[in-house]
Amino acid sequence: MAFIIALTIWAVGWWINGRLANGPRSDSRAISLLIPIIFGVTIIAMWEVLVTMLGVSPIILPPPSSIAVRFAGEIPILWADFEQTILKGAMTGYVVGMIAAFTVALLADRSEFLTKGILPVGAFMAALPIVGTAPIFVKWLGSDWHSKAAVVGVMVFFPILVNTVAGLKDTSVMQRDLMRTYGAGYWPTLFKLRLPAALPFMFNGLKIATTLALIGAIVAEFFGSPTVGMGFRISTSVGQLALDMVWAEIVVAALAGSAFYGAMALIEKRATFWHPSQRS
Amino acid sequence: MNIRGIIPALVVVGVIFAIWTAAVIPMNAHLTADQAQRDGLVMTPEAPRDRQDFTGLTLAIKNPAIIPLTYTLTRPRLPSPHQVAIEMYETIFTKAPTSRRSLVYHGWVTLSATLLGFVIGTTLGVLLAVGIVYNRTMDKSVMPWAITSQTIPILALAPMIIVMLGAIGIQGLLPKSIISAYLSFFPVVVGMVKGLRSPDGMQLDLLRTYSANANQGFWKLRLPASMPYLFASLKIGISAALVGAIVGELPTGARAGFGARMLVGDQYGQPMVTWAALFGAAITAALLVAILSWIERRTLTRMGMGATA
Amino acid sequence: MDSTSVISAKNLNLTFETNDGPVHALKDVSLDIKKGEFVSFIGPSGCGKTTFLRCIAGLETPTSGDISVNGMTPDEARKARAYGYVFQAAGLYPWRTIGGNISLPLEIMGFSKAEQRERVNRVMDLVDLGGFEKRFPWQLSGGMQQRASIARALAFDADILLMDEPFGALDEIVRDHLNEQLLKLWARTEKTIAFVTHSIPEAVYLSTKIVVMSPRPGRITDVIDSPLPKDRPLDIRDSAEFIEISHRVRDGLRAGHVDD
Repeated sequence: MAFIIALTIWAVGWWINGRLANGPRSDSRAISLLIPIIFGVTIIAMWEVLVTMLGVSPIILPPPSSIAVRFAGEIPILWADFEQTILKGAMTGYVVGMIAAFTVALLADRSEFLTKGILPVGAFMAALPIVGTAPIFVKWLGSDWHSKAAVVGVMVFFPILVNTVAGLKDTSVMQRDLMRTYGAGYWPTLFKLRLPAALPFMFNGLKIATTLALIGAIVAEFFGSPTVGMGFRISTSVGQLALDMVWAEIVVAALAGSAFYGAMALIEKRATFWHPSQRS
Repeated sequence: MNIRGIIPALVVVGVIFAIWTAAVIPMNAHLTADQAQRDGLVMTPEAPRDRQDFTGLTLAIKNPAIIPLTYTLTRPRLPSPHQVAIEMYETIFTKAPTSRRSLVYHGWVTLSATLLGFVIGTTLGVLLAVGIVYNRTMDKSVMPWAITSQTIPILALAPMIIVMLGAIGIQGLLPKSIISAYLSFFPVVVGMVKGLRSPDGMQLDLLRTYSANANQGFWKLRLPASMPYLFASLKIGISAALVGAIVGELPTGARAGFGARMLVGDQYGQPMVTWAALFGAAITAALLVAILSWIERRTLTRMGMGATA
Repeated sequence: MDSTSVISAKNLNLTFETNDGPVHALKDVSLDIKKGEFVSFIGPSGCGKTTFLRCIAGLETPTSGDISVNGMTPDEARKARAYGYVFQAAGLYPWRTIGGNISLPLEIMGFSKAEQRERVNRVMDLVDLGGFEKRFPWQLSGGMQQRASIARALAFDADILLMDEPFGALDEIVRDHLNEQLLKLWARTEKTIAFVTHSIPEAVYLSTKIVVMSPRPGRITDVIDSPLPKDRPLDIRDSAEFIEISHRVRDGLRAGHVDD
């Protein structure tokens, strides 16, 4: 019975989306937004029906309704965790890592040799599981948010560095010759040509780093934290089999992640409105 | 990469190691001073409490005798490069690969979960990408979620997936693999969709003038054109899969794997174990990416796209 | 050296070292360009016409020989802002408006804000782009972008304009129109113009002096002083004189091609 209802929900959702997606105005903004929402609602409805009707234990998969209830009821705790992990840990680390990466990129930029060395090493480091440094930083800096900020700083450092260095190199010979015909030295060339030209690359790194920052801040809490924080709450709630609370934290993480990324994308749109990728 | 191109990279690596080596002195100065005092050396200042007022560097300058000792502590705050190297050598080469004390054993535990998950995630990712490219409803419904999922820290789901699967009796390799699969899945979907859509209008029109069917269009144009994109996402996917497997080992107190070693070293005050596991994981990730790059170069060269690799 | 020469090259040689051995980009090139002349350099690719222009601009350093611009070395001339350079592509910065692009050299050279605005307005009128100041480059056609890049080269009032195939990427109708405008601009501003092209009609239509070059090694094979009047409507291209000069240029190009 449960499966029949779930299948019906799926069929209805898919049928509506099929009509909308192949309809005449499927590329309009509203429809493009509506279709994934309907898809999401369909999945959640099926989840609710299957879990409640089949009597799935809440320690395996709680129904969305109880996650929502839990979310609404625990807003003060969720907010405190958000503040500790995202605002203090992730944001501080992100800003520090970003400033460090920009500084090193500008220093390396003065030397062709350093640029050549930093690009492969940085790209290599960016692919490593840096989150594993978490236990070391927790030991050095204590279990409060400072150690999380350090992990985040190291994690975001490399992608931002590599993208910035690559971006600073990304000017055509002709553009550089033009600056030479004006007798422009290093600094005017940097500020008027190379930094603006590097912006799309820099934002690419900054956007990749938003997700890394959140991952770093949450996962580092698995290695030790005060009794507040999203990672702490997730690991203790898992231990208490309070999975609805875990899901509530995941909802917070998803919202925070999308908002952070969205904010970066918005700044990028403002700053690089001229770039072909932003014009369409 | 030719030899000339490798020199700058080696210099940068050298500088990093030099900074690390230099940092050992101030980082370990206080611990070393306490130890040296217990061993009978005279320290200035004498009371350990007073020493806390000094930075590690000042302390080392005031007591130059402790400088060499900072490199030989058994439980340092910051192990020196050679200590990590020795630990790695011993746990990789002098222990049987089946022993619990062997890093190879733990590496294999993590690696097997990573690879299994990577294969599952990649396969599903490619299949979904094909579905998205050929089915408009799927494209419009699923693609926005696939893109959004890259902006959220899905790694936070890891502990729950482990417990959830544990509750229904699935343990061991598979839960970690599922996390790995999950993490490598989305980059592959997004990259592959981009790749399958990369042929431009002219190339598609050309096939239309041959009245090629959709099947031929897929095998002869879209799939080959997607290869550079696929490899780019595979490289992102494999490092994500490795991180997933490591994090999957943390919450349940797994007894084997790189993640477990990091946790054990942390909890039992054996920094060298943590550092060796960290480097082991880093080397594993580097090898995996290097192997993929190698396959990428070979494949693309054979397909005549070598210059882009 | 003639006292009215603004650009003077004597026995100029430039050799590039490549993996396939040395390449003689320029061999024994000697040329005088007088004030107010419109000189075209024409020849197949590899004949060194662009290289010679870059030597004048100080973007390339000759291996041997002398070159002076306004009696200075090219490097000094560049620092004295003696010339404006127009490249093959407009190369406008996409993040700056048309007005912002034209004021770029003025900012670097430290003109005051008021002066920048005044000059931008003046040169934009000169190339018929008045009213497009606030637009972005990608909102303009290719021909308009190239006109903006000419305005950018004119903005700081250099006496010499160096142009490297500026209209090469444009279609013929747009190119005709821009050629006509360039002649008017030249008549109005009395600048000295060095112009690289691979189009015979373009070279003959524009120039008072046509320099024919040939490759391997890059050298000058003929210098033709055009007898055409200064005032040139587009239909002058159908006149017997025009066709005769074109023939001479073509013969010169063919003579340099015997080794192919």
